[in-house]
Amino acid sequence: MSTPTTWRKPPFIQSPALRWLFILSVAAYVIGTIATLPIDWERTSEGFARAGRIFSGAFPPSFDRSGLMISGFMESLKIAILATTLGMILSVPLAFMAARNVSPKPVYFLGRGIFILARSFHPVIVAIIFVKAVGFGPLAGALTLTIYSIGFVAKLLAERIEEIDFGQVEAIRSAGAPFLSTMVYAILPQIMPRLVGLGIYQLDSNLRASAVVGIVGAGGIGATLANAFGRYDYDFALAITMVIVGAILISEAVSGVIRKRMT
Amino acid sequence: MTTDRAQDWARFTPAERLRRYLVMLAATVVVVWALSSIDVIWEWVWDAPIQLADLFARMVPPDPTNLPSILEATWQTINIATIATMLAILLSLPVAYISAQNTTPNRACLWIGRFILVSSRSVNTIIWALLFVAIFGPGIIAGIIAIMFRSIGFLGKLLGEAIEEIDHAPIEALEACGASRFKTVIYGIVPQVMPAFFAVSILRWDINLRESTVLGLVGAGGIGIILQGAIDTFQWQEVSMVLITILALVISGEVISSTLRKKLL
Amino acid sequence: MLEIKNLVKRYGKGAPVLKDLNLLVQGEQLMSIIGSSGAGKSTLLRCVNRLVEPTEGSITLNGTDITKLAAKDLRRARRRIGMVFQGFNLVDRLSVMENVQSGRLGYISTWAAITRRYPAADIERAFELMERVGIAQYADKRADELSGGERQRVGVVRALMQRPEILLADEPTASLDPKTSEQIMTLLRDLARELNLPVIINIHNVTEAKEFSDRIVGMRYGRIIFDDKPAALDAAQMDEIYAGTPSEDRQEIGAVA
Ligand SMILES: Nc1ncnc2c1ncn2[C@@H]1O[C@H](COP(=O)(O)OP(=O)(O)OP(=O)(O)O)[C@@H](O)[C@H]1O
Ligand SMILES: [Mg+2]
Repeated sequence: MSTPTTWRKPPFIQSPALRWLFILSVAAYVIGTIATLPIDWERTSEGFARAGRIFSGAFPPSFDRSGLMISGFMESLKIAILATTLGMILSVPLAFMAARNVSPKPVYFLGRGIFILARSFHPVIVAIIFVKAVGFGPLAGALTLTIYSIGFVAKLLAERIEEIDFGQVEAIRSAGAPFLSTMVYAILPQIMPRLVGLGIYQLDSNLRASAVVGIVGAGGIGATLANAFGRYDYDFALAITMVIVGAILISEAVSGVIRKRMT
Repeated sequence: MTTDRAQDWARFTPAERLRRYLVMLAATVVVVWALSSIDVIWEWVWDAPIQLADLFARMVPPDPTNLPSILEATWQTINIATIATMLAILLSLPVAYISAQNTTPNRACLWIGRFILVSSRSVNTIIWALLFVAIFGPGIIAGIIAIMFRSIGFLGKLLGEAIEEIDHAPIEALEACGASRFKTVIYGIVPQVMPAFFAVSILRWDINLRESTVLGLVGAGGIGIILQGAIDTFQWQEVSMVLITILALVISGEVISSTLRKKLL
Repeated sequence: MLEIKNLVKRYGKGAPVLKDLNLLVQGEQLMSIIGSSGAGKSTLLRCVNRLVEPTEGSITLNGTDITKLAAKDLRRARRRIGMVFQGFNLVDRLSVMENVQSGRLGYISTWAAITRRYPAADIERAFELMERVGIAQYADKRADELSGGERQRVGVVRALMQRPEILLADEPTASLDPKTSEQIMTLLRDLARELNLPVIINIHNVTEAKEFSDRIVGMRYGRIIFDDKPAALDAAQMDEIYAGTPSEDRQEIGAVA
């Protein structure tokens, strides 16, 4: 028997027909979409000149109207705080509803459905609906971020409830306690640390998100930013962006430190 | 808390208990401050449920007459997310390479890399989109670039961390064979970060699909444009049709990405 | 021929780990280095292919002074030195064949490396060597699917693919069970003879060292204090090689425990 002199790496997809079908369809998709993108090349090519103008307009950043900026930022902070609080309060019952091990099937599906719905829509979409329903301003923002918080906190909390130690639940149930006190005495203490951790994390996310939902009219510093942009005040817009980035970095660091110290 | 007395007793000393109360008090004060000073008209707040119910009543039944253009915009949304993710993956590779402690060529590159990551990550996609719409005009290109800019930071950071976590031993063996730096990368580092690479790319694609649905609200293409149009003209039944489509899109995206994850990893 | 002259190695500012060390390896012999933990065995081996930078002294392999080489020439020199590791150091997620061929990375073009289109001669040699050590049937398996003994065989084949002029093995059997360990040692000895290859092995198992090597070098804290045929290693010398602690030795340099 002679020693082989050829070797090929076994391909990822064994069947050659399938492999080529896969490669060709990916290539066709990429080339096809890029070629048919509805792009206005003329307008796009002006972009670099515009970018130059925008950036020269943006430097140096202007902190002249810092009063406006501070009030916008404080509003974002309040929105974030209220949305986090309300979101957590609503998340607790919802999490119980959506935990497989404590709630009956229909309630479980209802709970899941609610937070799948809450998670699927980007906060900006939720915000624009709320703006239409309750008007411009921080109320729409707070409601939006409440929904946003529920989608995240309730889901993770439900997962936490699903993995709790059931011994304590049984013990209290067998003592003849009604449903609600079972929950309060046996489960709540077990999920409390997680709830607090999620709350701090969510406050941080809500602060980020509040900068964004403001762009569609839901109050806070995002609204200030969108206004500055709309009025071509690029130097003010840059200043606002810098403040947002700074606040996000600080809030990320603070929430990271707190969560680390808690665990 | 009678049942937990043993635990409570072990867990909290009086000083700790005092601190817990102080923290709770502080939290309450902060919430009260936010509540009392926020600039809302409280009548509107009490009115909000009625307004919302009213809005939702106007949304049913969803109106599918515009479905063809909704679906076309959905396809565009998918394309924005996919193409932008692909471009971001390509661009994030060198950024990840220079911002990982163990592969960066020198300190200057490390800091450049980190600067790129932080600036990309701390500016939200929508804010990027606002900027690029101002630059390139409304349309899909602004959307693609915005998603791309935001994704580079995300992908670069997670890939960089994956590079920092690789096992150094095989790299050393390749160096001992006389392999060049580049060959060491493709034989030693690439195979090791491959799983993280796929996981992170799929995750980002899923996120980008969601983010692409709102680009249109600032004029950067996709289904958001139709949503904005319908809202502006009070076509609430069409709005609900668009929302259902978005829901379907996002859920399919989640299903596809979790299937891919299972297949590839 | 490997000639090490006045080699000194110091990590950072600490006391030297290798102290003015001289060693000559000639012809195709299997040489074992023994010595207690921290004696500097690994450091010595790794200085030879400059995975560790020597502080002073020279290391000459068949006429090339390794210590003087810069980037590209160093890579060329490293191709001539095979190395086998205690932890195998394979790339787990690559196939056995790719791991084996990575021994040729210093020779083949970057394009061939990326596309895995290896030269026919390399593939033939890979199969021959894998056949020789008994892992040919695993060519397409992932490296992490193999047992320890099989993985070390891959490591040995990878090193031999380099067509090295010398083979260094740093505790190649320390992670293996006694029987597998014996098999790998036998393999190294036989290959050394078949390929006319000098082999240097760091080893803790003195019985194995005596059984398989042509020459034994005993190190104690940076110095060679024994260098002779295995038969000459007696209990007294063993005691001397394995006595003392590094700190003691550093304090009273040269003192006999
Ligand atoms: N990278 C390093 N940085 C600093 N000191 C090191 C480094 N590598 C080894 N040393 C030190 O050098 C000395 C010799 O180490 P070396 O690994 O060469 O010993 P060894 O004889 O191979 O030991 P073992 O039998 O345990 O493998 C030890 O004191 C060790 O602490
Ligand atoms: Mg060692």
